[in-house]
Amino acid sequence: MKVSSSVFASLCLILELFGLALFLRGFFPVPIKSSFSSKSKLSDLPAEPLTGTSPNASKVPPALFKRVVVVLIDALREDFVFGPSGRKYMPYTRHLVERGSSHSFVARAKPPTVTMPRIKALTTGSIPGFIDVVMNLNSPVLLEDNLIWQAKAAGKKIIFYGDDTWVRLFPKHFMEHDGTTSFFVTDYTEVDNNVTRHLDSTLKRDDWDVLILHYLGLDHIGHISGPHSSLVGPKLVEMDDVLKKIHTSLISRESEGTLPNLLVLCADHGMSETGSHGGSSEPEINTPIVFISPAFKRKVAMETPPVVEQVDLAPTLALALGLPISQNSVGCVIPAVFEETSLREQLRFLHLNGFQLSCLLKDSIPTFQKEDGYEQFRVSEKSHGNWMKLYLEGNTSEVLVNMGRKVLKQYLEALKSMSSALSRQLGKYDMYSMVVGMSVCVCLQMLLLLLFAMPEALSNGAVVDLPLGSALLSLPFYLLCLLCAALHVFVCTSVGGSCYFCSLPWALVFTAVAFSCAFLCTLVSMAARRLSVGAKSPTKVSNWRLSELDVLLLLGTVGHTLSLASSSFVEEEHQTWYFLLNTLCLAVFQDVCRKYFREKKRLSQGEDEGPLLPSTKGDNAADDASTSFSPVAELGVSAGSEKWLALATPLLTLACCRLLRSLNQTGVQWAHLPDFSHWLNNGEHKTVLSLLAVASLALVFVLVQRRCSLVSKIALALGLLGVYSYRAAVGNILFPWQHTSRAPSKGTVEARFVYVFVLGILFSGAKDLLRSQVISSDVRLKSRGLWEVYSGLVLLAALLFRAHNLPVLAGLLLIQTLMAQFIWKRLHYDAAQTTIMHYWFGQAFFFFQGNSNNIATVDISVGFVGLESYVEAPAIFLTAFSTYAGPLLWACHLVCYLSSERDRSVVSLGHGCYCFALLRSIPAVAYVVLVTALRYHLFIWSVFSPKLLYEATHTLATAAACIFFTFMDQNQNLTRP
Amino acid sequence: MWDSEIRAMASAHAIIASSVFMATVVPAVLVENFSVYRTHLVWLYSVCGAVAAVNVAVFGLLGVSPPAKKHTLHHKVSRLVKSCLHFLLSCLFFHAVVVLYGAPLLESTLETFSLSVLLSTLTTLRCLCVLGPNVQAWIRVFSRDGAMSVWDTSLQITAGCSVVGAWLGAFPIPLDWDRPWQVWPISCTLGATVGFLTGLVAAPVWIHWHRKQLTYKSK
Ligand SMILES: [Zn+2]
Ligand SMILES: [Zn+2]
Repeated sequence: MKVSSSVFASLCLILELFGLALFLRGFFPVPIKSSFSSKSKLSDLPAEPLTGTSPNASKVPPALFKRVVVVLIDALREDFVFGPSGRKYMPYTRHLVERGSSHSFVARAKPPTVTMPRIKALTTGSIPGFIDVVMNLNSPVLLEDNLIWQAKAAGKKIIFYGDDTWVRLFPKHFMEHDGTTSFFVTDYTEVDNNVTRHLDSTLKRDDWDVLILHYLGLDHIGHISGPHSSLVGPKLVEMDDVLKKIHTSLISRESEGTLPNLLVLCADHGMSETGSHGGSSEPEINTPIVFISPAFKRKVAMETPPVVEQVDLAPTLALALGLPISQNSVGCVIPAVFEETSLREQLRFLHLNGFQLSCLLKDSIPTFQKEDGYEQFRVSEKSHGNWMKLYLEGNTSEVLVNMGRKVLKQYLEALKSMSSALSRQLGKYDMYSMVVGMSVCVCLQMLLLLLFAMPEALSNGAVVDLPLGSALLSLPFYLLCLLCAALHVFVCTSVGGSCYFCSLPWALVFTAVAFSCAFLCTLVSMAARRLSVGAKSPTKVSNWRLSELDVLLLLGTVGHTLSLASSSFVEEEHQTWYFLLNTLCLAVFQDVCRKYFREKKRLSQGEDEGPLLPSTKGDNAADDASTSFSPVAELGVSAGSEKWLALATPLLTLACCRLLRSLNQTGVQWAHLPDFSHWLNNGEHKTVLSLLAVASLALVFVLVQRRCSLVSKIALALGLLGVYSYRAAVGNILFPWQHTSRAPSKGTVEARFVYVFVLGILFSGAKDLLRSQVISSDVRLKSRGLWEVYSGLVLLAALLFRAHNLPVLAGLLLIQTLMAQFIWKRLHYDAAQTTIMHYWFGQAFFFFQGNSNNIATVDISVGFVGLESYVEAPAIFLTAFSTYAGPLLWACHLVCYLSSERDRSVVSLGHGCYCFALLRSIPAVAYVVLVTALRYHLFIWSVFSPKLLYEATHTLATAAACIFFTFMDQNQNLTRP
Repeated sequence: MWDSEIRAMASAHAIIASSVFMATVVPAVLVENFSVYRTHLVWLYSVCGAVAAVNVAVFGLLGVSPPAKKHTLHHKVSRLVKSCLHFLLSCLFFHAVVVLYGAPLLESTLETFSLSVLLSTLTTLRCLCVLGPNVQAWIRVFSRDGAMSVWDTSLQITAGCSVVGAWLGAFPIPLDWDRPWQVWPISCTLGATVGFLTGLVAAPVWIHWHRKQLTYKSK
């Protein structure tokens, strides 16, 4: 079966995506759940040991507190309360912590330190799986058993003000709510005023039991200007005032005869030194928890707060409110909170918590009887029974108290070890799915197929001969199918139900097995053919020499792939790409110099240097081309200026890259260094930012409009104006003609105005493309169509990029124009070389935009540009597009460039597509193998997993680009003479 | 003729290499608190000075440098001034390249410049000694197959090795090992020095190995 290289490459990439998806499913453990949507019920609770069958025995102890106010301050770091800045800015809270009746703790949040998983952890007590980060965008209703549901079921009235994530997670749970969207990150006053304005009236009322306040302002300040910015102090003072208000009006007001009230100050996550969050650095995971209630003993002096887990809050609050603990909670209660209750009650609380944990242990670990914690719990339950026996006999001696304390300690140990056993359970992988997804079947096969097909795919025909038909009819294929199917049945029956691949329908699995066996047979026959060809003509290899540039491109690709094994290089991947790109530019510069200076020498110095030169000929393709293709003849009069422009291009590119690199500091180690974007967004430099945006947009227009039709030109200009007014409406930059400062709006109208033009340009481009394909095989029409599609994408990127990132877009277009004009065309780099360079540039621009391999840098506010509310599909598309705008625009430019090269062989598009797929497959597949090998690495969750998600998404984006390539290539095939 | 030239080169390279070692060892004995990491710039300039002095001496004695056409004092002085100018320019060039590679522009300028001085010493200074301040000759030597003597080849190899060494030396910087040699620009200078030493060893060996294939056009 013969297929063209572009089709072949796209097919391989798509199959690889399936493999990656399967791998991801196996790699990211599904959070442990006893059963997904069932809830703990009061009737399921165990009886207190040895109280017999009295009807009151199996009840939860009554609530300890009447009302609970939970103040959740987003991104409140532990040291903002317990450290020096707490002393300075939160004096009232600090006083309560040091001298008031309170208990303070440092709660450690588990990565990913992103708001939604953290809210889930706080309310369910379970550790959300890593994959929840991806689901952060579309927060569906929380079906799991949780504190809020339990409180509502128990008839408690809950009021919520703050981040609307809660409203989406718990719809209809709140008696009253006012959600604020968290996606306008630049706003840090309105979001909090929105919460505080309800406070006075709510505190006066008597009709609620639980009040939850989620303040977002501090988190937004962190995202804008970091933890050390001057905005943090006033915000902390504001929060202190809120706490003071609640405390004086509600908590400290002793009301006789009723239970005391409780105020809980907590945070979902901390804030890194750069002000972002998502990772696992100390300042990100350490958050404060302060329980304040008159029920507690007064403190005498500041103590260092003990460390607890964030998930411990859920069972503690549940028991304090007299609710059953949520089923999937892995936390253990904080005993200090119950210190003031009787020993019998304390033991009862621990018993309930232990029982819930042991149930969860039974459900999630098949070998639960071997766990230490389970055994310890059984023993302590028994001694609890003994103690109860003595207690009920009326024994009140010292012995009883001491014994009770011993039981308490036993319980606590049992809880700790069960909790940690459950947390460990999260680190388990579904190896079978991983292995199937990774090696045996899909990814490696595709990579090998791509590699083996290289000589054919890059040949002049750009056609790959897949011996699929003969493979399907061969005996080994059937044997292999049988073997694989048998293996699958064997593995699945022995592993049990915990494997995703096994839970798929059988027909699907066997189709997949047949497919992979067919590909394996194809692979083997291709390898055999390659070997026999290699053996027949060994001379072909020896005269295949590489230029320095080729060596660099190959070494760079291989070196980058190898560097992914190191966590530091994954964190600082941008350094690798900047470094390689720089070296590439220098190598290109050397190539240009060689070409132009040799020409000059030959012209000016004539014959006396002659003998030296001919010996240098024939070394590489570029040289061959340059000698056979006189640039002077081609360029005519302008040869001189062309030459200097060509010489200046790599240098200009270098300078441009250096400037863009200092625009956004990314990575981990140097991310805290001040960068240009911080300076621009400072608020004082709005004029500079506005000017920069204008200049960038103007440059974008000048560079893009050259090849568009007149209508598109006008649309583009209007669209770019719309982009500027959108940014101005949102409040990032200044309107020159409007001096009165308006309140920042959402800019929906302006953004939609731009969307209209984006769609218009894309539509006219697509129309041109179709016409060139169907009606006339006009190459110029097609080229213009492509270019219009490209300019539509540029306009969309301009809308989505933050104002300080617009220079990145301008730089991208500038480099593309110059390189295409003076380097790639003039130096006659072949399609493969051009593709690799495009890929490298795309990678570097991914990081120039401020992205990194950390989830925290994904700019989710992009998903709301031009939308009134959250709509899932466009939000995801826009976020993905703006994140991968750099690589995608470079890929798109590659299509435009390769298909506009008419003097070149027509197969260059096929070559480009093939190289592009190969370049993406190599690191992706290598990374999948590496991650499997490193799955017990210390940084697997904080460094390698986010990168894995990035790799998968990037492969998805590349697959989309490759399909576009294929489509264009098919076009070309039709118009081929 | 071949063997004698290679032998001369090997001994010259041995002297230069030993000068690098001396520049490391002697100050360690004489100067207090001298350490390659902590007083890195002192070490760097001591290596630079030693390599420069030994290079000038060795190539002056060997007479590899192109003979001056006129032996007037004026001509010699102008040659010297020109050489200094070239050296300074090459320092600035390396500095610019290093900054383009991502070195901070405003902070630690002295460190960055010291690195470029070292690179210039290891590459440009040798060019100045062997070829004189003649840019045309430099371009010829560093273009492909432009070498016209064993010295040109050795120049290519040592200069290439130094630059590649400095290039490779930048790789450990992002690693989070917190070692003293990861501080900017220590790993790069060490890389350049190690590369230079490797080049000094490799050049005679490579030339000896390939002496059959090497056919230089007579001058
Ligand atoms: Zn948050
Ligand atoms: Zn945040």
